[in-house]
Amino acid sequence: MSGPVKRLGTLRRSASLLLGGAITLTVVAMALVSLVWTPYSPTGMDIIHKLALPSLAHPLGTDPFGRDVLSMIMVGARNSIMVSLVAVAVGAGLGVPLGALAAARGGWIDDLVMRFTDLTFAFPALLTAVMITALAGPGAVNAMAAIGLFTMPVFARLTRGGALGLWKRDFVLAARTAAKGDIAITIEHVLPNILGILIVQATIQFALAIIAEAGLSYVGLGTQPPQPSWGKMLNDAQTYIYSAPRLAIFPGLAITLSVLGLNLLGDGLRDLLDPRIRRER
Amino acid sequence: MIPFIAGRLAALVLTVLAAALVVFLVLEVLPGDPASIMLGVSARPDTLAALHQQLGLDRPAWLRFFSWIGHLAIGDFGTSYTYNVPVAELLGQRVMVSLPLAVMAITLSTAIAIPTGVFAAARRGRAGDLAVMGVAQIGVAVPNFWLGLLLILLFAVKLAWLPASGFAGWDHGLWPGIRSLLLPAIALALPQAAILARVTRSSVLETLGEDFVRTARAKGLTRGAALWRHAVPNALIPVVTIMGLQFSFLLAGTIIIENVFTLPGLGRLIFQAIAQRDLIVVQDLVVLLAASVILVNFLVDLAYAALDPRLSRGGSR
Repeated sequence: MSGPVKRLGTLRRSASLLLGGAITLTVVAMALVSLVWTPYSPTGMDIIHKLALPSLAHPLGTDPFGRDVLSMIMVGARNSIMVSLVAVAVGAGLGVPLGALAAARGGWIDDLVMRFTDLTFAFPALLTAVMITALAGPGAVNAMAAIGLFTMPVFARLTRGGALGLWKRDFVLAARTAAKGDIAITIEHVLPNILGILIVQATIQFALAIIAEAGLSYVGLGTQPPQPSWGKMLNDAQTYIYSAPRLAIFPGLAITLSVLGLNLLGDGLRDLLDPRIRRER
Repeated sequence: MIPFIAGRLAALVLTVLAAALVVFLVLEVLPGDPASIMLGVSARPDTLAALHQQLGLDRPAWLRFFSWIGHLAIGDFGTSYTYNVPVAELLGQRVMVSLPLAVMAITLSTAIAIPTGVFAAARRGRAGDLAVMGVAQIGVAVPNFWLGLLLILLFAVKLAWLPASGFAGWDHGLWPGIRSLLLPAIALALPQAAILARVTRSSVLETLGEDFVRTARAKGLTRGAALWRHAVPNALIPVVTIMGLQFSFLLAGTIIIENVFTLPGLGRLIFQAIAQRDLIVVQDLVVLLAASVILVNFLVDLAYAALDPRLSRGGSR
């Protein structure tokens, strides 16, 4: 790799880490602030000031019920992050042990886990989520479970793939001759070594979960009103697309920015945590 | 090649069967009795029992599963509980919306992504590359249903060029139907194109570093000729794999997009069927979608093996 190109590449990578981190922090901060303060109540209706244009009093305007759009976006950030965070935790919490088990034991257990992940990949992820939330009842908790469920095989495969290579390494062999069990080796030697790729994948899955949650809420299966959610706000905006088209802008912008921030952060972290990829590019 | 195909075909049938079992079990476990949904809460127990018997729901689960699978195998999709018409007929009408939509979206995203990705790779590190990859980075982040809304806002509300929702049907010629699928197809295609352009770029970059490209240049080919004649055809092999994987995302995207544009496709059907607990329709539809994902990836594997003979000789991966 030649000098200037390499420098430009390094610059872009650290730029994506910084920019992604900044965007993600802003969204998280907005969500945290909404726990203690929002400009107005996100559910408080004020019919006299309905469909107000953006102004100093309402920086993003108001919706058809006079609710403050900024306040709804802030609380929407909180709901979106909460659902996505729990979903990714569920996915990683189930997937990582499953993948680690497959790598440690091999044989038929490995085959079983792999066929299981093959099978889950055959179902379009959002289709499964729609089916589960529609049948088990719409709502944030079922959305978390449904999104977590299709996140699980991703983590299982990644963990297995990363762990398989490590099981052949000398330091694991050394640990084995020291009579350490599979579980101890996995926890002490395998997981710390694949933590980097797991963190990178978690940020990417987080971004996918935000889109999935918004999609489910858009079709009415995710976060339930009166709790504001970005997806539901977009659905409401569609009803008023002729009279108040601006309502369709801000919630979508919030989703896109959050996802963009997490993706940039993931890209940046990948280069930071996985030097092997950095050398290859 | 033949044993390779046979092996993969057997695995394919087994996976579809397993998928059917999963769908059946999920619907078995989750709450909602079709008969009580159809009759309402005030239904008398004996009417409920009669309907159970009529729908065959009084039989044990394993018997229902095997009878369902057996009928599926001979092409009998059963009869919808709520519409009382053959499910095959119901699916047939809806496929005529969803399939053209998916085909349009795939065509569009490929037509955008591959030239863009090759362009970025050829200008690696320069302004053109940075601009294209920056736009792609944003494109990946845009949820397709919001893009759908924005397209409605621009082309239906502001410019009034295209319809905001609904489907004109295929009875009045090709154009009215295509016209009503144009915006949803673009909404599905652009985020896909962003992903595909990134994959194309990195794949072309990889092949550009290969010896055969250097040989082509050494024997006197221009940069452009070496790129298009030698690097790009080889770089497209992994791109096809990703396209196969993307097919599943596309199907899922269709479910939401059909709701944005109120299109009477498979995605809308699944919502209606779930709401009415028309379980036979849900089962058939989900298995059909899963089977099509499995089939597409099988075809991609075949194409891959045909393009790269090493794969079929040494057994599967």
